[in-house]
Amino acid sequence: MLLTIKNLSVYYGVIQALKKINFSVDRGEIVALIGANGAGKTTTLHTISGLIDPKEGEILFEGKDISHIPGHRRVAMGIAQVPEGRRVFADMTVEDNLRMGAYTRKDRSGYSDTLNMVFDRFPRLKERRGQLSGTLSGGEQQMLAMGRALMSKPDILLLDEPSMGLSPIMVNEVFDIIRQVHEDGTTVLLVEQNAKKALNIADRAYVLETGSVTVTGDAEELLNNDSIRKAYLGE
Amino acid sequence: MSFLTTFVNGLSLGSIYAIIALGYTMVYGIAKMLNFAHGDFIMVGCYIIFLFSSNLGLPPFISILIAVVLCTVLGITTERVAYRPLRNAASPLAVLITAIGVSYFLENLALLIFGADTKSFSSVITWSGLSLFNGELQIQGITIVTIAVSLLILLVLQLFVHKTKEGQAMLAVSQDRGAAMLMGIDVNKTITLTFAIGSALAAVAGALLASAYPSLTPYTGAMPGIKAFVAAVLGGIGSIPGAMIGGLVLGIIEILSRTYISSQLADAIVFGILVVVLLVKPTGILGKKIQEKV
Ligand SMILES: Nc1ncnc2c1ncn2[C@@H]1O[C@H](COP(=O)(O)OP(=O)(O)OP(=O)(O)O)[C@@H](O)[C@H]1O
Ligand SMILES: [Mg+2]
Repeated sequence: MLLTIKNLSVYYGVIQALKKINFSVDRGEIVALIGANGAGKTTTLHTISGLIDPKEGEILFEGKDISHIPGHRRVAMGIAQVPEGRRVFADMTVEDNLRMGAYTRKDRSGYSDTLNMVFDRFPRLKERRGQLSGTLSGGEQQMLAMGRALMSKPDILLLDEPSMGLSPIMVNEVFDIIRQVHEDGTTVLLVEQNAKKALNIADRAYVLETGSVTVTGDAEELLNNDSIRKAYLGE
Repeated sequence: MSFLTTFVNGLSLGSIYAIIALGYTMVYGIAKMLNFAHGDFIMVGCYIIFLFSSNLGLPPFISILIAVVLCTVLGITTERVAYRPLRNAASPLAVLITAIGVSYFLENLALLIFGADTKSFSSVITWSGLSLFNGELQIQGITIVTIAVSLLILLVLQLFVHKTKEGQAMLAVSQDRGAAMLMGIDVNKTITLTFAIGSALAAVAGALLASAYPSLTPYTGAMPGIKAFVAAVLGGIGSIPGAMIGGLVLGIIEILSRTYISSQLADAIVFGILVVVLLVKPTGILGKKIQEKV
């Protein structure tokens, strides 16, 4: 397994947001994490990236417990995140944002190769490379946040609701890009409200309910599961 | 004194405010805190220079260098010991109150070591200066050096922030600390570096301030510190060019009011102008509108 979460518990003060959750992501997979508002999806991704410290449990990355390694060092180890709400650096240009994404990289030639790869993947970012990111449209900001995360050449990409607030066409575009990034060899852990789209693209999925993993299985299985269809697919 | 000479004196005082304000504004922008002890770092710098140059007879330049190094260490230590543990405190007031505590601590420490009596500081600049336009414009050596040093500092800082990796990391941390961490930026290290730069600048400001106004007490840094804070707010807190402009504007207004209106009223006028500017433009001269995008 590339990433294994073991008995992970996270608290905000006295409130327990994650209750001993377990799940794993194998190299080459797309795994979806779905759940209602406040289920703990963002908390899970924040804990994997080191923005929050767990109270107990382990985060094994390539077999090694990284839960005590400072978050900024986990990026160099191969974990990148596209955070909820994109969080691009609004006062920086598109290109400077991408440069920040490559912050942990030391090789200059590798940097320009990756930049070209990202520009190929997101032609709109290339056109707008000199524009201040705060003036991009929501969809363009999402592209930028994804491109920025790819600049570190991650082994695993954590995506937190990449389709949030986007038009249907843009949502399709974002999911196409996720598929392409995955085909290029990046493992993906996808958090989504849009459960239908997420299950369509994913290999496996976990359902999170108020801090606990309640259902797990192949994405296709879950798509055909009646209670899942009722609760998350609006059918 | 001619108007021109008065104006240049204002520019010089403003340059000192600007250097102090740069420290305030960088720490505010990046660590998101007001370091109210910043003015007292200036005082510490002054005493160190006084000690090494007036007492031990070291050349001024060496004394300044020592002061810069020791103030940098002081800034880093203060952040580490007093501010960092409170960074994620429930209330942002916790660290603000701590900063006020650090300020009192440093002032009283100086009182204990050096006493309350005024020490006379001998200028680090011995150059007598220039007389231009048949004496219409008299510029002291310290004035020229002060203005030149502040311009140089601004230039170097701008280059540092926009052209180096560490500088870009500072910009990223100032905009979104969490997102910066997700880029692999060591936020603690970046904040430490910011304090180091701010405190080093405070020492430089101390050398210039004490050379222009050569009397030194434990409270020497307090008023310039507050005025530099005003300058930073006036220019748009968080903005490096804003701190520069705010400092210059403040210094010029202060000296002009002191010369042409009343020396007692000068400070009141300075603070009055801050109120007016903030009423018209709450974010300061170069401050950006806070805009959010969904
Ligand atoms: N900083 C915080 N302080 C206190 N409680 C928090 C904090 N962040 C999240 N929580 C709580 O933790 C729980 C999980 O929140 P989280 O953001 O992980 O949910 P989520 O599944 O990402 O929801 P959404 O789909 O709305 O983004 C919620 O009950 C939330 O109120
Ligand atoms: Mg969320």
